Amino acid sequence: MVRILAFFVGLGFVAALIFSIIVTPFASTEESVTEEFHKQPKTLALASDGPFGRYDKQQLQRGMQVYNEVCSACHSLNLVNFYSLEGLGYNEAQIKAYAASHEVPGLDPDTGEPTTRPGLPSDHFPAPYANEIAARSANNNALPPDLSLITKAREGGAPYVYSLLTGYTAVPADLPAENRPGTGLHYNPYFANLNLAMAPPLTSEGQVTYAPGNPKPTVDQMAKDVSAFLVWTAEPKLESRHAIGWAALAFLLIFTVLTYLSYRQIWAEKKGK
Amino acid sequence: MSFPWAEEYKPKSAMMQWMDDRLPLPRLVYGAIGAGYPVPRNLNYFWNFGVLAGLALTIQIVTGIVLSMHYAANADIAFASVEHIMRDVNSGWMLRYMHMNGASFFFIVVYIHMFRGLYYGSYKAPREMVWLLGVVIFLLMMATGFMGYVLPWGQMSFWGAQVITGFFSAIPLVGEPIRELLLGGFAPDNAALNRFFSLHYLLPFVIAGVIILHIWALHIPGSNNPTGVEVKTESDTVPFHPYYTAKDGFGVGIFLIAFVVMTFFAPNFLGHPDNYIPANPLSTPAHIVPEWYYLPFYAILKSFTGNFLWIDAKLWGVIAMFASILILFFLPWLDNSPVRSAKYRPTYRMFFWILVADVLVLGYLGQAHVTSWVVLMSQICTMYYFAHFLIIVPIVSRIEKTLPMPNSITEAVLSGEADEARPIGVAPTNPAHPDPVKA
Ligand code: HEC
Ligand code: HEM
Repeated sequence: MVRILAFFVGLGFVAALIFSIIVTPFASTEESVTEEFHKQPKTLALASDGPFGRYDKQQLQRGMQVYNEVCSACHSLNLVNFYSLEGLGYNEAQIKAYAASHEVPGLDPDTGEPTTRPGLPSDHFPAPYANEIAARSANNNALPPDLSLITKAREGGAPYVYSLLTGYTAVPADLPAENRPGTGLHYNPYFANLNLAMAPPLTSEGQVTYAPGNPKPTVDQMAKDVSAFLVWTAEPKLESRHAIGWAALAFLLIFTVLTYLSYRQIWAEKKGK
Repeated sequence: MSFPWAEEYKPKSAMMQWMDDRLPLPRLVYGAIGAGYPVPRNLNYFWNFGVLAGLALTIQIVTGIVLSMHYAANADIAFASVEHIMRDVNSGWMLRYMHMNGASFFFIVVYIHMFRGLYYGSYKAPREMVWLLGVVIFLLMMATGFMGYVLPWGQMSFWGAQVITGFFSAIPLVGEPIRELLLGGFAPDNAALNRFFSLHYLLPFVIAGVIILHIWALHIPGSNNPTGVEVKTESDTVPFHPYYTAKDGFGVGIFLIAFVVMTFFAPNFLGHPDNYIPANPLSTPAHIVPEWYYLPFYAILKSFTGNFLWIDAKLWGVIAMFASILILFFLPWLDNSPVRSAKYRPTYRMFFWILVADVLVLGYLGQAHVTSWVVLMSQICTMYYFAHFLIIVPIVSRIEKTLPMPNSITEAVLSGEADEARPIGVAPTNPAHPDPVKA
């Protein structure tokens, strides 16, 4: 009985699917224009890559400088507090001084009016705009996203950010009119819909002055450095993660070998039984 | 319980004797996972996965309870509270990554456990109840995983909740009220987040309860084994402890190695980047996909595109998606072949492997960019899925010519039949059967 019923239920599903196949027009898919012009991220090798990856602190410091002097005009870094800059190799005094160089929102202790005060290590990076409306009105109605997690929040990660920053090109001559950048938009083949509301932020060598002993601040170098920094902002615990991972693996390898040997020994008696 | 030759618990000290007279907990443990529980001697590594599923649940409960101490179920700050766990809480990143990847490993292990049951006919009499309770656990896991994924309140959390609760509105009349009841409103919001958190905390303990019933039901007939032949004599079995505790210990080691590699070196590999973007009801992601472990069911849902028999295509999809799991409840009665193990059922075995491939392909299709080819392939694969359980298995179980089976487990072990199930260290004694299970 169950089997007869099941047979008919099964036929019902199969019939519904055959019907679905018949009524659904089959369109052979053509590559859309955006797909045709869109490019996969370039390769970017960072010290933090791979299971042995560790941060290149010098590079992170340079990247933070680029963020500070260029990107922070438009992009917030809401999730990062100054205290965590320890991870970039700064000491407490440097962090205090650095925090104090930022004005963060506060209250006037006498009047209770909103005002600003110098930052403390426990403060987060202050946002460039008070709110989304302000951000949009300053950016041609586009919203510059918070960058704290950007390398984890985009397919392609850091190489994508690097490619985006260095990927602005002239509009290709064969690009159809409807895909050409409108006002306030900029052609960038690494961006999913090809036209980005962010003007090229890194444009000339020496836009940021690196301390002596660092590589030349070419556009490419600055883009790499800020991408490396954004890997750190998204994943500040990467180094301990790798270190603990290896320690756990070493322990588990020994544990597993021992359990394997005891398993063999216990079962050896069953031989020939 | 189980076999007459099971060792009886004998308290070793006066204190244990005192305890045994009052609360025989040690006796229960001894009879359940100690030397008092006889188990077929020929189990292969696929029998490790039940214990591994229990371990995965334990990892989820332990990491989940600690995460809850820091997590804030409030739509305004949930996302930030998860990032606070990742950045400021001591080892918070580790807890969170373990919980995230632990969910995936839980599903991997349970899927292998279920396919093991399908291959070796473990769902058949007298173990139907074990199978039915397993399907209940699976449903509860799916609900728990879905609600857990909503908690970080990222873009995929929000839009996943939107899409999945949206299925219910396809149901005529009661659909919309059910959806509002689930969400506590018309769209996912703070109310939804709070009830999901509450239920996400509750359900794992319900799962733990159902697992106890699952094991209880299992211990009545005892474990099935790769030959599917019932245990007949004492020589067919070994005591659970130390034989299978040792083997499970080794399995746990391998499982944890895989888990650590994922959690510490590729923690976001199975996740979706969009969930690192805070939920935004005004911006729909380009491509909404559930987590990988729901993908085959998501593909089934999307494959119905015609309003067949005046039933809306969307409703067909929803019915099919639920039916694809619910039919598992009927499996013990759909397959009435007296032979359990696919090892002796060549036709069934072939269809079994087609089903495995079918489900893997459905999983791929569930996340693929929708094109006509993808839709067509999902329709064909969905057709096979239903035909497999509802048409093919019942027919095969009637007409199939099965292979000769060993008379007992002991005979199978000693003749080298059950090669992969042979206790290690035992050489195959019959060179004519060096490796019989080439499935
Ligand atoms: C003049 C303001 C401005 C500056 C300076 C600026 N950006 Fe942007 N950025 C924007 C705007 C506006 C968008 C939104 C673009 C859109 O959605 O089309 C954006 C978007 C982005 C995106 C996201 C692209 C995506 O996939 O959605 C990244 C990454 C980014 N910016 C990185 C940077 C970095 C790194 C810097 C510093 C080197 C920087 N930006 C400097 C305005 C700016
Ligand atoms: C059946 C077992 C369980 C499964 C399958 C499961 C699954 C999940 C999943 C998939 C997530 C989202 C992960 C993320 O993106 O962060 C999650 C989050 C969460 N779970 Fe669980 N979980 C289980 C048990 C538990 C238990 C027992 C608790 C608490 C008692 C718990 C508490 C939490 C909390 C607080 C979060 C949100 C924090 C976070 O996003 O990491 N879970 N769960």
